Amino acid sequence: MSRRWLKANALLTPTGLWLGIFLIAPLALVVQFSFATRDTGVARAVLPWTTQAYLTALDPAFLPIFGRTLVYAVVTTVACLLLGFPLAWFIARHGGKYRTVLLAAVLIPFWSSYLARIYAWKALLDGEGLVNTMLGWVGLGRDGGFLLTHGAVILGLTYGFLPFMVLPLYVACERFDFRLVEASYDLGHGRASTFFRVVLPGVMTGVLAGSLLVLVPSAGDFVTPKLLGGVDQSTFGSVIDDQFRGGNNWPLGSAMAVLLLVLVVLVLVLRGRRGEDVL
Amino acid sequence: MNRRPWILGFVAFLVFVFLYAPIAWLAIASFNSSRSLSRISGVSTQWYVELFDDSRVLESLRLTLQLALASAVISTVIGTLAAFGLRRAFPGRGLWTVLLSLPLVVPEVVMGVAMLGFFVKIAGIPLGFGALLFAHVAFSLSFVVVVVRSRVSGMDVRMEEAAADLGASPFVAFRTVTLPLVAPAVVAGAAFAFLLSFDDVVISSYLTGVGSTTLPVFVYAQASKRGISPEIVALSTLMVTATAVLLVIGVMVASWRARKAGSAAQLV
Repeated sequence: MSRRWLKANALLTPTGLWLGIFLIAPLALVVQFSFATRDTGVARAVLPWTTQAYLTALDPAFLPIFGRTLVYAVVTTVACLLLGFPLAWFIARHGGKYRTVLLAAVLIPFWSSYLARIYAWKALLDGEGLVNTMLGWVGLGRDGGFLLTHGAVILGLTYGFLPFMVLPLYVACERFDFRLVEASYDLGHGRASTFFRVVLPGVMTGVLAGSLLVLVPSAGDFVTPKLLGGVDQSTFGSVIDDQFRGGNNWPLGSAMAVLLLVLVVLVLVLRGRRGEDVL
Repeated sequence: MNRRPWILGFVAFLVFVFLYAPIAWLAIASFNSSRSLSRISGVSTQWYVELFDDSRVLESLRLTLQLALASAVISTVIGTLAAFGLRRAFPGRGLWTVLLSLPLVVPEVVMGVAMLGFFVKIAGIPLGFGALLFAHVAFSLSFVVVVVRSRVSGMDVRMEEAAADLGASPFVAFRTVTLPLVAPAVVAGAAFAFLLSFDDVVISSYLTGVGSTTLPVFVYAQASKRGISPEIVALSTLMVTATAVLLVIGVMVASWRARKAGSAAQLV
């Protein structure tokens, strides 16, 4: 064991201990819970071991919810990419000495309460809210507003997770050598070709890191769908929450949590080692 | 795409409008004379007055601030150490990276229920401030490491070597060369950790105990019963305003110092 190895591990030990005790151990317990039998009387998980919870979790009744959650997460990630990339690129390329200020300006709205912001959207999307009123002027209004729709949930999720996309994208754009764009034009490439063959590969690490940071939490979120959506917009996260808070079926909730974790691991494996230096 | 930056600028502007629309609406609604958030019926400052009279809101605000401060300090200190630990390659660094990326990617609801189960059934940690602090540091740590590490890995080792060559002891070199170089990232990481703790609803909602309700959990519980109270809207408006003012002051101080220090500061 070299000195460098010892030094690095000594520096990492406090973090390792903290995460080991307060994150890894609890996650291991959830895996154990997921194989336990439900004890309805005290809502506790008890022996013997069984895979019953998984069979229940994979019941066709839950499938639409699982599918809907995935669609929400994917659409939210794409929306964050479409909004976040122009913004990150603009700040990195044209921000000049105001880059830090502009980047901070992206984050300022997130210093207000998350719930207050979601309720603000709720008010704006309401039947008599500003958005519906303004759309009404051009004949696009909708009776009762836009609450309780898939669009409202995706809008709320996109709003909530956008900074997680902008920050890694900005880091990647800042490292990007913008002269490559000029070079590409000089060599006769068009705009689309330059974008897909020069810009996108150059900022790929940021795209991957940002997508990961948006995709996974939006798949687990339940507060936004609960507040902006209705029964038809409930997600996997809210079903898990119900098992622990209301439904009192910890093994089922744990099994669902483990399934969500498996999904996370799958995404991580698919990503491989790309974008590791950003995240 | 650089030939017409104004198109890009316009898109960026629209994204900023999207980011600020609900905030702007909150600010307007906080002066509404009725309780409604969607319809403005008159101007009044009564919600600001009521906010400062509401001892429950102020009490949970105090608790939330204490928690966020403690969580930010702990996660910044041990997270910065970890970022330095990851600076140079060593066997097992990949494994550490995986461990550190876990809190970034495990959905909050999973972390929340896992911690609830573990704290209550195994560790015997009572729900409340302690449990909240353990959890908040656990999910903030990785963000600090990511932010500080990006700065540390981009740092020029020759700066520190030069300090050593000029006779600085490792401690002096660290304090006078390394620390000033990473300080902006450490501050950014601390701000990030503070914000994450301050605004957390999901994980906190599983771990609050009696008499230790954080503000977001209090708001969530109250809001699901009878909508969000105008006092909270007023409080949010105050918080965003305070942040924006602090930011402007920070930028002004930074540019003033940069001018004073001359071009040498530009190199860093």
